[in-house]
Amino acid sequence: MTNFALDVSHLFAGSLVLLSLMMLYQDRMFGLINIFALHAIALTLAVSWQGYIQNAPSLFLTALIAFTVKAVIIPIALRRIVVRLGVDRTIETVVGIGPTMLAGMGLVALSMVVMLEVTSAADPLAREDMALALSVILLGLLIMVTRRYAVTQVIGFMSIENGLILAAAGARGMPLIVEISVAFSVLVAFIVIGIFLFRIRERFDSVDLQALDRFRGERR
Amino acid sequence: MMFDPVMLILIIPALAAAILAALPGYRLAARVNVLAALLTFLSALALLVTPEHAAGFLLVDDLNIVFIVLTTLIGFTTSVFSTGYIAHELETGRLTPLYLRFYHAMYQVLMFAMNLALTANITGLMWVAIELATLTTVLMVGIYRTHEALEAAWKYFILGSVGIALALFGTILVYMAAQPVVGEGLDAMRWTVLVENVAQFDPSLLNVAFIFLLLGYGTKVGLAPLHAWLPDAHAEGPTPISAVLSGLLLNVALYAVLRFKILLAANGEAIAPGPLMVAMGLTSVLFASFMLYRRRDIKRLFAYSSIEHMGIIAFAFGMGGPLANFAGLLHMSMHSLTKSAIFFSIGHITRIKGTQKIAEIGGLTETHPALGWTLVVGVAAIAGLPPFGIFTSEFLVVSSTFSREPLLAVAIVLGLLVSIGALFARLNGLAFGEPLGATTPDRMSYLPIFAHFALVLIAGIWLPPALVVWFQNVAALLG
Repeated sequence: MTNFALDVSHLFAGSLVLLSLMMLYQDRMFGLINIFALHAIALTLAVSWQGYIQNAPSLFLTALIAFTVKAVIIPIALRRIVVRLGVDRTIETVVGIGPTMLAGMGLVALSMVVMLEVTSAADPLAREDMALALSVILLGLLIMVTRRYAVTQVIGFMSIENGLILAAAGARGMPLIVEISVAFSVLVAFIVIGIFLFRIRERFDSVDLQALDRFRGERR
Repeated sequence: MMFDPVMLILIIPALAAAILAALPGYRLAARVNVLAALLTFLSALALLVTPEHAAGFLLVDDLNIVFIVLTTLIGFTTSVFSTGYIAHELETGRLTPLYLRFYHAMYQVLMFAMNLALTANITGLMWVAIELATLTTVLMVGIYRTHEALEAAWKYFILGSVGIALALFGTILVYMAAQPVVGEGLDAMRWTVLVENVAQFDPSLLNVAFIFLLLGYGTKVGLAPLHAWLPDAHAEGPTPISAVLSGLLLNVALYAVLRFKILLAANGEAIAPGPLMVAMGLTSVLFASFMLYRRRDIKRLFAYSSIEHMGIIAFAFGMGGPLANFAGLLHMSMHSLTKSAIFFSIGHITRIKGTQKIAEIGGLTETHPALGWTLVVGVAAIAGLPPFGIFTSEFLVVSSTFSREPLLAVAIVLGLLVSIGALFARLNGLAFGEPLGATTPDRMSYLPIFAHFALVLIAGIWLPPALVVWFQNVAALLG
């Protein structure tokens, strides 16, 4: 049972990492949103499985929140934003796909090395879960850094959040997970509403120094 | 239990937020806001006479009382300043009555969130409270809905959320370190339980956790190189919010770092958290003091000065030991009081002149003597000239560092001198020289500004012995 439990939880957590890597090379907006929805479904499965093997009913609630908010509501809302605001359907990345993927693989390796090293005393289930969760978080950061549109940054942020929920679910008996996932959902809801209400469709990049100086009121 | 002051400092802002969200008239709303902030401050003062308290979810000890009293005091004075400032925003049409209602409600939600973060005994609850405070300030920064304000709010939001996310990962790691020793459940997140048992925690897990916590909450403190959101958020939001951001929210995030620092220091085998904080603090001081020279926006100027001062505070706490910790606490209090007073007077200045550009403001001491000299006094105080309190605390930071790490002391003195030069170079044009811009008379209350300066001046000349003993106790607690 324990070996099987371990394998299944690895399967789900591992597929989260895999989906994060897939998000890194997406160059279509709708493709990115679809993969994010899959990411949220993988999280739902991973958290439910943890809830089952840890016998923690509160994790099922977390899984339910993750599914309804991040696999259903947010992807639909983002699609509507993309259509209504006329956001570019193709994603311009800051760095090329190749270097980004290499950096992503480097980050996964780094988190494996760091987390497996420091958690050597912890129980094996939590241990590898944490290592995979850290990979998801770092890949999410990479997605945010390499994309400059508001919508893609939000997706990057939400994938970081998925990594955090995965980590919290893996830490045996951690309290407040439901509260934390609700707090995150409120946060994400505010961003998405904000993008829509204020029609943030432009890119946020700081390459154009003149625009930056004008923005800061510091042009001579 | 209902009238426990700890509960009051949470219940009053929460109730006030609900009432303010429903109140239509802005005059009444502004008064309710002031009243609620005053009542919260009085309840915080009542905490001083009640014994320590660590029941349930809340914790009150010597360390967080310092923060709570400071937060509620400045929350109150800022609400007084905000009544005059906001009325003007309505006149000029920058804000509509509906947005004003939202503003007042959010102000109290922010107070609630900060008080909750300071009193929470549960690491996870503290995290939720800091997230709530971030969210409310993001909304307030973007309240003018101009392109610049939205971009500033977005930047703050993205960087703040990433910081918050990293801090949560650190919090989860601390739970994982505690869980084998303390057992599952809330106890493994309770400060009081954690501190007692931390010696048996796995040190390597704590090390990784602290890195994430320092980076995460450090973003909210505005330490270089994670400070990028801070100047924009200060410059584009309403001035009362700049005052609260600089004076209070940065401190709350620092408080979170300090709590975890105590934990690591008590473990014994984990890495020493001090050097990391010293490095980030010193980087912030040096970076911000040079950046001060190129500022052309008056609110940005003082936002960079906040980065510098948070750097000094982080440096002092990182050095550790009774004297440096004492200096850090004193500096934090003095900086909060002085910086919020400066933002109050900047609020008046930008209101009269209708611009935030330094080049378009000049000769204030001639056209508006009271306002001009207030700014001069404020800049002298924040630059660390005697006889103000910041001189005392900076002197303590430098002298305690000199006896232990002379090279670091040289670096920090360099930062301080560079920033003095930059601030006075800018002040020269603002306060003296050719009068520039509108000269309409000012009709606002100077009371909050004078109150803050009076406290800073008194602290610079004579620290009440009771305060010294209190701060010394806290300094000992910080290790």
